[in-house]
Amino acid sequence: MELRKSYFADQRKDDLHEIGQPRPRSDSPSHVTGKTAYFADRNFPGMLHLKMVRSPHHHARIRSIDTSEAEKHPGVVKVLTAKDVPHNVYTILILIQIGPEDETVLADSKVRWKGEAVVAMLAETERAAQEAAAKVKVDYEVLPAVFDMEEALKPGAPLVNEYHGQNHYLYDSGECRKVRFGDVDAGFAGADHILEQTYQSSPIEHAPTETTGCIVAPEGNDRFTCYTNTQAMFFTLDNASIILQMPGSKLHFVGGTVGGGFGGKVDVIVEPIAILGAKLTGRPVSFIYSREEEMQISSPRAAEKVVIKDGVMKDGRIVARKVTGYTDAGAYSRHSPYGAQKGAGHYPGPYTIPNVWIDTYCVYTNRTPSSAMRGFGVTIGDFALEVQMDKLARLIGMDPLEFRFINAYRDGDMKAHRQPTEGAALIECMQEASRAANWPVAEKYLSMSSYAKGA
Amino acid sequence: MALALQTFSTVKDANAALKAAGTRYLGGGTLVVRAVNEGDVSVSGFVRSTEPSLSAIAVSGGKVRIGASVTMAAIARHPDLAPLARAARAVGGPAIRNMATVGGNLFAPAPYGDFTVALLALDATVSSDSGELPIETFLATRESNHAIVTAVGFSLPVEGGFRFLKVSRVKPKGVSVLSVATVLEQAPDGTVSSARIALGCMADRPMRARAAEKALAGRTLTSDGIAPALAVASDGTSPATDPIASAWYRTQVLPVHLGRLLLG
Amino acid sequence: MAKVPVQFTLNGAEKAEFIDSGTTLLNALRDKIGDTSPKGGCHQGTCGACSVIIDGELRLSCLTLAETCNGAAITTTSGLSEGGVLHPLQRAFLDAFATQCGFCTPGMIMAAKVLLDHTPSPSREDVVEALSGNICRCTGYEPIIQAVLTAARSNSQHAA
Repeated sequence: MELRKSYFADQRKDDLHEIGQPRPRSDSPSHVTGKTAYFADRNFPGMLHLKMVRSPHHHARIRSIDTSEAEKHPGVVKVLTAKDVPHNVYTILILIQIGPEDETVLADSKVRWKGEAVVAMLAETERAAQEAAAKVKVDYEVLPAVFDMEEALKPGAPLVNEYHGQNHYLYDSGECRKVRFGDVDAGFAGADHILEQTYQSSPIEHAPTETTGCIVAPEGNDRFTCYTNTQAMFFTLDNASIILQMPGSKLHFVGGTVGGGFGGKVDVIVEPIAILGAKLTGRPVSFIYSREEEMQISSPRAAEKVVIKDGVMKDGRIVARKVTGYTDAGAYSRHSPYGAQKGAGHYPGPYTIPNVWIDTYCVYTNRTPSSAMRGFGVTIGDFALEVQMDKLARLIGMDPLEFRFINAYRDGDMKAHRQPTEGAALIECMQEASRAANWPVAEKYLSMSSYAKGA
Repeated sequence: MALALQTFSTVKDANAALKAAGTRYLGGGTLVVRAVNEGDVSVSGFVRSTEPSLSAIAVSGGKVRIGASVTMAAIARHPDLAPLARAARAVGGPAIRNMATVGGNLFAPAPYGDFTVALLALDATVSSDSGELPIETFLATRESNHAIVTAVGFSLPVEGGFRFLKVSRVKPKGVSVLSVATVLEQAPDGTVSSARIALGCMADRPMRARAAEKALAGRTLTSDGIAPALAVASDGTSPATDPIASAWYRTQVLPVHLGRLLLG
Repeated sequence: MAKVPVQFTLNGAEKAEFIDSGTTLLNALRDKIGDTSPKGGCHQGTCGACSVIIDGELRLSCLTLAETCNGAAITTTSGLSEGGVLHPLQRAFLDAFATQCGFCTPGMIMAAKVLLDHTPSPSREDVVEALSGNICRCTGYEPIIQAVLTAARSNSQHAA
């Protein structure tokens, strides 16, 4: 590996001892010997298995739930419904005061997406839990469902989530997150060309090889050990504490070893109900998603729609950019209000544009709730922005890399969020990329620097 | 109901045990154990037979008999079955091939069952204690089949007469977008004298492309010669839309892949 | 619930247990015998994390019923190192940064071991084919392939 040390040489001492050196991973020896202890590698005598009865409908009112046959099934130890959960309506970001609480641990009066948890079955074996789950009778009144964000935002659309009252998240800034910088209309009016394009993405599942799950063991003193593969240990502990109305001191979380996460294991889904099961039965409980549940039930990356309108000059300067972003939260918030907000924080991309207008919406539909995944709120936006940059360059007949040099942000530039740029290195990255990819650009771009304006 | 496995030394006894409700025959396990793992509570018992003939491969006088318990790996490494090795290797990864059986493959729903596509092109027969059926008849009625499949039989194709192609999006190995097998005979002048074309993933089970077979008769294996066959390749197909591919995509790419196989 | 006896060798040691009929080998190894090196990633034969070696052949323990393994010799990744010394494959995986989350690693090593047992000097294509039933979702395939090739080279040097 070659370290190109000429960039920013004045900003650091040339005394790198670790970067560029191979160092053994601390977890490799236990990985290669099969000794790494994942949560499911714990086994306890008398452990119960939890299986979830899930909604077969995208949107339905629950008229009644009959668990009497299931309770009599051999091997069944406990059947849990909404009334058993101490604080059944929750939202994970309440820990940072982002409400309202909008999701049920177990559905009470309504299901809002296909696959939503309704009844938890605890049995001596997985098989008994599966058989008993098939005997639960839920009487549903199927309701009209909405799957498309634009349809959901129209007047008269089915209301997905009553806790919000409308099919979008209500920020303190109103129906969307907003960024206003300069005068975008004046910018478009003075532009040589205007290009408006729409970009869309589908949900993406993280598909970790180890499925989501936890094993909970009662410690015998009203305290519970939860072995989990969550990517958010204390976040999960605190939410479990709220849902179960138990002090955090009664919850002992063991984790940190995750068989693939990618952001897919930051929701608080399996732990609270498994702890409740252990509490009510006094027995260890295992709740592990099947592969099908991992693919269909665990939250994916949100579907997004991004509309970008740009005003550009023949000389390559972007003079106005208007972005409207839509994030499909599915039926519940989880991390999506934050994801949509991140989008607002990320646009207009790493470019200095004098006139910017950004609206980002977090929209509720009857789809599987979406949540975090590697760069959520930003990744799809970056895809849209960079495709748009290529299209703009083509529109004005300019090399796409040179077009980016002209618009790249540099130290001291005022960003649309009124934060001065500092520590930018985009110019230098592109210079190196130009060399590495053998994509030549004019000499004037190679002599540019992130430090100072003026090519 | 708890699960239970019953093992019998004869197919006859295993067939008798399979009359009990909820029982399923256990071959390599890649279909039925999977179903149970996935929560199929309709299965309450496994039945298997260890009768040696189920695991035998016999090749003589151009005739082949493969016992139903023979694995894909065993076919792939058998010297007399070299033409079929490609089709056998198309199934799963190495571990699956060490487990998956010929008998099981006959029951694999699309997008699985690639080897059966080869057997269909070979016009195989399927044997059980209740007799022998042409594979096409067997496939059409496989849900109502209650007798353990004991073997498949077919005539070895002439040298180079059998071709097989599996298309998947993941390299080197993935689930089928589609698979195609052909058995062609050519006259001395190079024209096609008879053709059997079998398709996988173009319906809920392997099927023959009759219209394409007919359109290929008397034609040469050139771009122009096969064009009429490609034009009708998807006649009668009803592919599924699944996580691997949409029905539309499968229909669009079928002629492309059939063309490559015929010209290859 | 009918218990049935199973008896086999696991990494050279004799094991005998009574299990519920119909139990998979994966569950028997993990829950009864206590070898948790085979992992359950999909329970449908797709991911390869549960791969073990039975009588010299690579098998998926999640789709194999334990009671069909009576009398067999079973090898798992936990049994590869001897006296604290890593097997060449384990050493190569460690040195080549061929592990990330580690969940696929035991299955990968099993698939690689069977390959090297039969093909001591594999080509890159041989390695790719041998690992084709094992999914690494962290997408670290290249270091894994390199690790197997490195282990093969170190084996042949030992032999020479």
